[in-house]
This record gives sequence, C-alpha cells and structure tokens, in this order.
Amino acid sequence: MSKIQELEYLAKQGRISRREFMERAAAAGITAGMATTLMAGTALAAPKKGGKWRFGTSHGSTTDSLDPGQFANGGINQIGYSLRNHLTEVDYSGKLVPELAESWSASDDAAQWTFTLRKGVEFHNGKTMTTEDVIASINHHRGETKSAAKPILAAVKELKADGPDKVVFTLEGGNADFPFIVSDYHVAIMPAKSDGTVDWQSGVGTGPYTVESFEPGVRYKGKRNPNYWKSGYGNFDEVEIITIADVAARTNALTTGEIDTMDRVDLKTVHLLKRRKNIKIEEVTGTLHYTMPMHMDVAPFDNHDVRMALKLSLNREALLKTILRGHGVLGNDHPISPANRYHAGDLPQRTYDIDKAKFHMKKAGLSNLKVKLSAADAAFAGAVDAAVLYKEHAAPAGIDIEVVREPNDGYWSNVWLKKPWCMVYWGGRPTEDWMFSQAYAKGADWNESHLDHDKFNKLLIQARAELDENKRREMYVEMQSIVRDEGGTVIPAFANYVFASAKNVMHRDSMAGNWDMDGTKASERWWFG
Amino acid sequence: MHDILKMIARRLGFGLGTLLAVSIIIAGAVELLPGDLAQEILGQSATEENLAQFRKELGLDKPVYERYLTWLGGMVQGDFGKSLANQREISELMGVRLKNTLYLAAIAAVISVPLSLFLGILAALYRNGIYDRTVNVTTLSSISFPEFFVAYILIFVLSVHLDLLPSISNISEDLDAGERLRRAVLPALTLTLVVVAHMMRMTRAAIINLLASPYIEMARLKGLKPGRIITKHALPNALAPIINVVVLNLAYLIVGVVVVEVVFVYPGLGQLLVDSVSKRDIPVVQACCLVFAMTFILLNLLADVLSILSNPRLLHPR
Repeated sequence: MSKIQELEYLAKQGRISRREFMERAAAAGITAGMATTLMAGTALAAPKKGGKWRFGTSHGSTTDSLDPGQFANGGINQIGYSLRNHLTEVDYSGKLVPELAESWSASDDAAQWTFTLRKGVEFHNGKTMTTEDVIASINHHRGETKSAAKPILAAVKELKADGPDKVVFTLEGGNADFPFIVSDYHVAIMPAKSDGTVDWQSGVGTGPYTVESFEPGVRYKGKRNPNYWKSGYGNFDEVEIITIADVAARTNALTTGEIDTMDRVDLKTVHLLKRRKNIKIEEVTGTLHYTMPMHMDVAPFDNHDVRMALKLSLNREALLKTILRGHGVLGNDHPISPANRYHAGDLPQRTYDIDKAKFHMKKAGLSNLKVKLSAADAAFAGAVDAAVLYKEHAAPAGIDIEVVREPNDGYWSNVWLKKPWCMVYWGGRPTEDWMFSQAYAKGADWNESHLDHDKFNKLLIQARAELDENKRREMYVEMQSIVRDEGGTVIPAFANYVFASAKNVMHRDSMAGNWDMDGTKASERWWFG
Repeated sequence: MHDILKMIARRLGFGLGTLLAVSIIIAGAVELLPGDLAQEILGQSATEENLAQFRKELGLDKPVYERYLTWLGGMVQGDFGKSLANQREISELMGVRLKNTLYLAAIAAVISVPLSLFLGILAALYRNGIYDRTVNVTTLSSISFPEFFVAYILIFVLSVHLDLLPSISNISEDLDAGERLRRAVLPALTLTLVVVAHMMRMTRAAIINLLASPYIEMARLKGLKPGRIITKHALPNALAPIINVVVLNLAYLIVGVVVVEVVFVYPGLGQLLVDSVSKRDIPVVQACCLVFAMTFILLNLLADVLSILSNPRLLHPR
C-alpha cells in the first residue's frame, strides 16, 4: 500500500482525523488542495444494506436462554440487541440517546422520570408497542424474579402508564442517571402477554433482526426485520452469530473466510493476524477493568499504610505490557475509565515506587508482610500470571505475596467476595453512579473491598440527584480520588476491547466503549462496504 | 443360537442395572461440585435474593434425593425432562446433537475401520520390513500427539494453505448432504488419525500371533501364497480380538470427541455435556451420561455377540 492509499484507508476507517490526514498528507508531499480533494473522497460511506454477516464469538453456552434477565455473556447480549430495543441506548459515540422512548423528562429532584414512547413502533409479529409492553418488560425484573437486573431496578418504587404513550417511573431517591439504567442489556422491551407477564420465549421484539433459528451455545440466525423503524441501522440481510469458544478456531475461521468478524482476538498473536491483507484489527478503550479488592475490615488490609504499600509495589506498566501486550490503559486505583463522562484525568498516575512503599511499611510498623492473593483465570485471562508478576514486583519492598491458585469452577461463588484479596474483572458500567453504587457504596451487594467511607457515601447520594453538570463532575472527581487514595482496591489497568473483521465490514467513525463489539450492537450498527 | 439370545437378554438386564448405578453416581458427583446452577448462571451478578428466587423457581432448594427421584420417575416413563437453564425439552436439545455426533462417528468409522484393517493385514504380511516400520511409526506418531494438535496441523495444511476444506464444521440442519459431508471431513480425518494406530496394531498382532500355529504352517507347506494364508486362514481366527478393539474405538468416536468438537466448532454431544456440567444443569448431564453409558453397554454387547458368531467356542468358557 502506498503512503497515500494507507492514509486514505485510515481516514475511511475513521482512525485518523481530518486534521491528521491533512498533516500527514502534507508530510508525504501532497499539496493542500490535492489533499482536500482526497479527503472528500474518503468521507465515511453511508451505511449500505445487504449481505450476510457471520460473527464468531467466544461466548455462548448451551444453557443460554432468550430471557434477558438471565443474559450473562457477550454472545447472548449481541443476540438480545439484534432482537430487541430498549427505552434508551448508548450510541456508537458513547452518548445516551432515545431509542423506544422518544424523549424523557425528570422532576426537579430527579426522582420521577417520565418517558414518552415512540409512536407506531411494531414488534416482529405486527403488534404495535404500547405502554403495557413497556411496563410488563420492566416488571419482569422487579419483585419476585430471578433476573440479574433486579438490583439496578430496585430503586423503582412505582411504575405506571400516563396516557397512551407515557410511562412514569417513581424512584426512592433522586437519580440523574436513571435513563442510563433502562439502556442496560437486561432491560429489553418485549411484548406483554394477556396475564401481564412478558413473552421472552418467542424472541419477538422491535429490533433489527428476527429469530430464524436459535440453538443455544451453537448459533443464532436472524433475518432483517423489514419494518425496522431506525434508518441506517439493521443493515445486513441476514446475521449469523456462531459460538466458537476456541480462540485458534475463531482465528482460523476468520482467516479462511468462514466468518466476517471475531471477538476476543488472541493478544499473543495479534501482530501476526494484522499482517493478513484482508483483515483489520479493531480496538476500543472501554470501561472493562481488572481489580484486586482487599477486604478493608480484615487484617492486615484494615491498615491504610499496608494498602498504600501494596498499591505502590505493583509495576502497572509491566503488567500492561506483559498481560495485555499493551492493549489497554493504565489504571489509577479507581474504576472510572477514560471512556466515562467524568473521568478524573488530572489525578496523578500512581506509579511503581518501592521507596514510598517501604515508607508506608515503616509507618505501619512492619519490616515485612506476608499476604495471600487468590487468583484464577476465571477472573480474567492472565490473572494468575498477573498475580505472580505482582509477587515479584512487591518482593523488594519486603512484601511476600503468596499466590493462591483457585479453581476456575465456582470462582465467582466461592472466591470473589469471600477471600480477603483476589483477582476480579469488571465489565464496567456506563455511568459513574452505577459503578460506584454497585461496587463501592456501603451496603452494596458487590462492595468487594468492604469500603465504608462517610464522605464517599454522602457524595454518592448527592451526585446522583444533582442535575448540574459541573457540580456533578466535581463530586465524581472527588469520589475517584477518595477511592484511589483511601479505598482498598488495586486497579492496575483498563483492558481494550480487541476484535477483528474482514476489511469490507464497516462501522461509523467511532465505536461505543460501554461493552465489547461496539456496545454489543455490531449487528445493528455495522454494514458491508 | 438360543444360547446367544439368552446371553443378550441377560446382558441387557445387567445394562439396565448399570444405567441406574451410573445415574446415581452422576447425581451424587454433580452435587459434590462447588456451586449450583443458580450461582453458575448468575455468576458475578448474583445476589442472595435472586439466587434464592432462582432456586425456588427451579426446585433447586429441595434435597438432592427428592430431585433425583422426581427425575427417575419421569425417566422411567420415557420423559427426559427439561433443561433447568433454558427450559427446553432435553429430548429436543439432545436429538440434534446426538444425530450430529453419530454422523461424525459414522464417517470417521467408515474411513478408519477399513483403513486400519487393510494397513494391519499388510503390516502382518510384510512384517518387520520397511513398509511395516513406516506404517507403525506414522500411526503411532499420530496417536501420540494430542488431538487438538493433529487438528490444527490438518487445518493449517488443508484449510488455511490449500483452501480445500472449511476450517470449522458448524453443520446445521439446513445444509444439503454434500456440504454437510464436506464440512465433516476434517474432524473425521482428525479422529481417523487418532484411532487408526490402535486398530491397526491389534490387527497386526492378532494375525502374527496365529502365524506360528501348526495349521498355518500346514497351509504354508501346502504352498499357499502368503496373502491367501493371511486372509483366508489366519484372519477368520483372529477376528475376535480385532472386533473388540474396533468396537472399543467406535465407542470412543461417539463419547470421546469433545476436544475435536471444540476445535472444529462441531455441535455434538460432548460440547453439550461440558456446558451442562459447568453450569450444573443436572438433567442434561444425566441424559448425556446415560446416552454415553448406553453406547458402551450396547457396543460391548455387540462386540461379544460378533466375537461369538466368529468363534462359537467363546460361548462356553472353560
């Protein structure tokens, strides 16, 4: 590829900006006038209809079901988003936009939310979406339910229809981010049955594709919903989502043209895959992060200096380089990623500092320290290696980390939240409030470090109901700094989502980072160029 | 003949007992695994409250013997029950998978059984020669490599480089017969490479064993050609051990192919079993294990019947 072709290609992919294109074109000896003409030609092509998109995913199990309350992996989520819509959605640029709700408004205390439904949206079976469907779909996760979304909707006190096209949520307390909650992949809108329950079994939704066949853990096949109400979306004629758990098999399938896109590229061989002419590697920094939470009420982690010594004795850069092969960004011991709205980018990056770690050890009155760190690759790929690296990094500070290798089986039920220090991964949450309330607030089910910080808990409630952007930002920045400096969680890195497609698979100029695969909505958003 | 029928009836009776024992062991073993279906499905997003609700809805809060007896009651009436995880009928869930597994096993058997008998007979004929050694070294190496490695090599050569066959065999009902076959060739070849050595060596050994017997010497002294001696005189008497090994390998082709299924994304029973065990979906685990146990019982029975037919002396063990 010549320099110019390469630039054109990058610009078409949206990987370099207009300005960058002009600068680099100038560097390559192209006149400004010429470069402008070129740039015009590279303007992102509009989405085109057609083709059959085959997606090989690492996820999917024979135990998967179409009940969105039980969705637990990226494969079934992608299927869910192919079939159904939500009241709101996080779009390809990471913004929250209306979906089945046309608009929404909040009371002044942000405790009452009114969503106005889009008119004339039809389910696959021709039925028009009404407030009953919305209410039944939300109630599916409330009360006596086995839905995993129950905790996030627990604050909904009352839900009722107001006229033919409005639904009103009354919350226990103010929550400025409530519209984000209803974009969650669990909270899909499905048709109501006559008894007020919801029909998840048939897979009928308002989404871009219908169910042609669904064999859990093997494949889903869908055809385009001819009545899809969004234009420029749902572009493929057909989609096929195939579970290919083995990464080598997935890579082979992509290189031999059996599939068009794969997720979870093998980071060890991604540089080789990149050399293939007809394949492109895509990478998005998202909210996915790794944590190592210490139980702050269990010795020795109840000592602030011990926690600081541990935080300072991990070489994050080395971890990022070896475990993630550079496909990620450094973590700063708080869970808010650069992809979040109120990321505190100004906080100084915590670095590997043995002298400071020793200083904190001395302050804690310790000359050496022996702690156990539980790890298994169920937490994330490479978790055990990361723990062993940590052990090596911490040794010079007089800290002896004993890596306890736990079984993958049952890791989330027997190790996480049970062992005082272990390895965890978080898919991340689209909002600061969501992340903090689920894993850092006092009394939260998943408060993995047992953090109980008065100021933090107060700020959390204040910020939740605050509608003023600037004030909210200040509060969230302060909370990030509290978690970073006083919390009990080591957060070494945010991992990028890395996936690969055939060159003719196109997407818009940016991709969402709230989940893998363009917010798991690749089937709806992408097209063949 | 009457004796054989009596033996078959007796063996089938024992088989039923074995199945019952297997189902009890499985129920106990899955119970011993840490965690249950509710925890495995909800995973990181479990809370005590929705775990409890989950268990209540699926009856997981009842003691294990009660659940087992309910299941057994259904089973006796021919009802496999429903998958706990997604409420699908197990017979429906398993039917397609079982068909796929048998299909792959059949193709692999059609390639590997004649091939290994042929190679084994030739090896006996030209024993200790260059052909014998080459065949031995080749088949023993292919059995010594892990299955996934053999599979990757085949994919690399036949699929990535020569572009002859697809690298994944995600067959489905709507494919036509030709395409289905084409997609099943690579996994079948892999399985062939894995099982040929065993059958080939047994054929060779069984025949060579007989070559020292007086009646073979007689045949040789009569002036018969070595090929005729082996196929007409030695082979019929060597059949019993060969049949046993062949059948054992057939059972392996049905129950032991999970690694090959994963590498080729082949939707067979093995993957279903692995998924169900990891999610603790006991009824599905039970159903799969019973099918596997039944495969062994029936194939072993078949081996014995065939051996006896080939050598009626076996019916009267001394």
